[in-house]
Amino acid sequence: MEAFGLLMHGFAVLMTWKIISLMVVGLVLGIFVGVLPGLGGPNGVAILLPLTFTMDPTSAIVMLSCIYWGALFGGAITSILFNIPGEAWSVATTFDGYPMAQQGKAAEALTAAFTSSFIGSLVAVLLITFLAPMISSFALKFGPPEFFAVYLLTFCSFVGLGREAKHKTVISMALGLLIAGIGMDTVSGTLRMTFGSTDLLRGINFLVAVIGLFGISEILLTMEERLALRGHAAKISLRTVLKVWMDLPKYWATLLRSSVIGCWLGITPGGAIAASFMGYNLAKRFSKDPESFGKGRIEGVFAPETAAHASGTAALLPMLALGIPGSGTAAILLGGLMVWGLNPGPLLFVEHKDFVWGLIASMYLGNVVGLVIVLTTVPIFASILRVPFAAVAPMIVVSCAIGAYAIQNAMFDIWLMLGFGVVGYVFKKIGIPLAPFTLALVLGSRAEDAFRLAMIGSGGSVGVFWSNGLVGTITTLAITLLFWPVIDKAFSGVGRMLRPMAQTP
Amino acid sequence: MSKSIRATAALAAVLASAPILSSATSPAMAWEPTKPVEIVVAAGAGGASDQMARMMQAAIQKNNLMKAPVVVSLKGGASGAEALIYMKSSDGDANKVLIAYSLIYMLPLSAKIPFNWRDLTPVSVVAMDQFVLWDNASGAKTVKEFIAAAKAASSPFKMGGTGSKREDHVLTVFMEKQTGAKFSYLPYKSGGEAATQLVGNHTEANVNNPSENLEVWRAGQVRALCVFDKERISYKTKVTETQSWNDIPTCKEEGLDVQYLMLRAMFLPGKVTPEQQAFYVDLFEKVTKTAEYKDYMEKQALKPIFLKGPEMLKFLEEDDALNKSLMTEAGFVAK
Repeated sequence: MEAFGLLMHGFAVLMTWKIISLMVVGLVLGIFVGVLPGLGGPNGVAILLPLTFTMDPTSAIVMLSCIYWGALFGGAITSILFNIPGEAWSVATTFDGYPMAQQGKAAEALTAAFTSSFIGSLVAVLLITFLAPMISSFALKFGPPEFFAVYLLTFCSFVGLGREAKHKTVISMALGLLIAGIGMDTVSGTLRMTFGSTDLLRGINFLVAVIGLFGISEILLTMEERLALRGHAAKISLRTVLKVWMDLPKYWATLLRSSVIGCWLGITPGGAIAASFMGYNLAKRFSKDPESFGKGRIEGVFAPETAAHASGTAALLPMLALGIPGSGTAAILLGGLMVWGLNPGPLLFVEHKDFVWGLIASMYLGNVVGLVIVLTTVPIFASILRVPFAAVAPMIVVSCAIGAYAIQNAMFDIWLMLGFGVVGYVFKKIGIPLAPFTLALVLGSRAEDAFRLAMIGSGGSVGVFWSNGLVGTITTLAITLLFWPVIDKAFSGVGRMLRPMAQTP
Repeated sequence: MSKSIRATAALAAVLASAPILSSATSPAMAWEPTKPVEIVVAAGAGGASDQMARMMQAAIQKNNLMKAPVVVSLKGGASGAEALIYMKSSDGDANKVLIAYSLIYMLPLSAKIPFNWRDLTPVSVVAMDQFVLWDNASGAKTVKEFIAAAKAASSPFKMGGTGSKREDHVLTVFMEKQTGAKFSYLPYKSGGEAATQLVGNHTEANVNNPSENLEVWRAGQVRALCVFDKERISYKTKVTETQSWNDIPTCKEEGLDVQYLMLRAMFLPGKVTPEQQAFYVDLFEKVTKTAEYKDYMEKQALKPIFLKGPEMLKFLEEDDALNKSLMTEAGFVAK
């Protein structure tokens, strides 16, 4: 009940005209970046982060998280109307969303996407509301070995559960780890791989890399493919909305399953992308009629969207309580928190109650307001895509450059961003996934520090990673996930052997 | 119209500051920043420098000490080297002011950062920061017990701190030299992290600044064993339920003869004009007279001090020599 009281206090913090209007502005900007291919959540938040530096932390984080929700909503619009996922996590939405639009059911598909996004977030926010007060005492149990185990878990789950070829994931991750090593090494207090350059002293900023890797490389690809943006018109009437809502109870199992998957993947850093695919695949596997998926089935929209939003929201919990971001966008929000002098960690919940509960309350409000905004503004956003690419592309490049420059006011970072743009382009061409690279860039040096501190503390014994129940469980889980494909195969092999035996008598 | 307003404002500023200005510096009031002034913090968010910068920002704005707005910019990358390089490359830009601490002596020695504080323009020393030996509330109750526990420990006895080959690390080395006990030093990214890790019992002790451990001390999660200074901290108001800063014994009283104080000083980039320098000397002198500053000094248990001009230079040279000898003795100077 304590959580409920604190939440009400959070709502009280938010209920000022200033914050409500910032919220609307954030949502609209977020939908905008979500709709534009090449921008998207992480980039949108990264670019707009400096705008909020002059605000107080609560207004700033409310605005930024609303951009985040907006981007999550916006990604669905282009997926369904144009078959272009504005966001990586809305790729799975195109599988059934676009066929629906082709059949003239764009309005239904969009309503389904928005509604399920809303449900997914709501479930995750409820989880955050009731878990948050407990998390701070839990978090104090985390010393260097525990932190390293969590990072290891994240790295392993990317390798073990990722859909891409394993060796490519490992290559991408290794390159990321290498680049993360540039700059000052906290443990030894010396510089590494800076080659006497003062620009490299502070290391490679993760945001600069992300803007280049995703934003610039996408523009390069689009230029090459001469992508013509041709979309379906869409208009949502109240009747369609009600009709879709009436049908919702039929799909409760899918919605519930996807919400659970999303929350789980969001909290154990796996990211919204994995969640949306997993939600889609499981809905298909459990369906009585798996053949109809991919041909315009509304369930094929519900499943990935619910999961993507649930994980996107749940990812904020480990970020706030432990300082470990669950997704790329959460990592950027984490950077933002530090800028405002808020140290994410267990004490954040004790020392900055206003902020934390204001943020949680803003998740509720932001999602409600967001749902209303997207349902009413779809035609306007859809028209963005009729602007010629030649006009949109320079705008995107300029906004990327401003974003990269603003992070540290360094011209060097713009060159770095362009360099990473080329790297991203090459990676996409030869099929090396970018996500492990960015993950390694964010967590690489922290994982390294945690490992070395754990080693100093234990006098060099690796046994420290199994020294208590908590760290032992996480480490074992990490290693299991790393070898998951092998284990999975072994189990299904055993299963196949058992089944004929059961049938024979 | 606008010119006359500016003239009046300048006159008002001169009048307001007249009592504390020496006659030699009064023509300097001709210069005043027109763009936002950036207080550059050479550490992470929430650390002691950051908190101090924010106090100054509030003190300047609430008391209208300057018309241009103040922003705090965090340049804690590369253990603070980012801020030093940033200042060094901002020659002639009088809108940036660094809030410096002992890293200006130590970082060039340990990491061979191409930086020398003599390249910057000294403004004033605004405070001296203390170091306190802390352990977990469930740990040893006195310094003697603590040292005995460290000596008796079979596994590494873990001492947390901020960064490697810096103040905290140097203090740890000198404690080892004094007592013969052996510590495993764990360098964290910030004092806040070192504090949390001590509370979680992942380290046995740390030598945080008072401000970094204040909250967990008040929460009764850590114990203050002794302060590394010749005399006790002067503040006598109760901070925790039972103790004031003044109740913490000095390490020397407890038989551990190690002392270290750290400067908190303001610097402008190099090649600024004497008028610009004078403006900031005056500004920070006014800051040290505000209620916000006095409050902050007491809350964070800092030693108030104000040095400028030749006095400051003399202090910096002596402090530099002292830090250099400590670093050399600890074996932290890069070859």
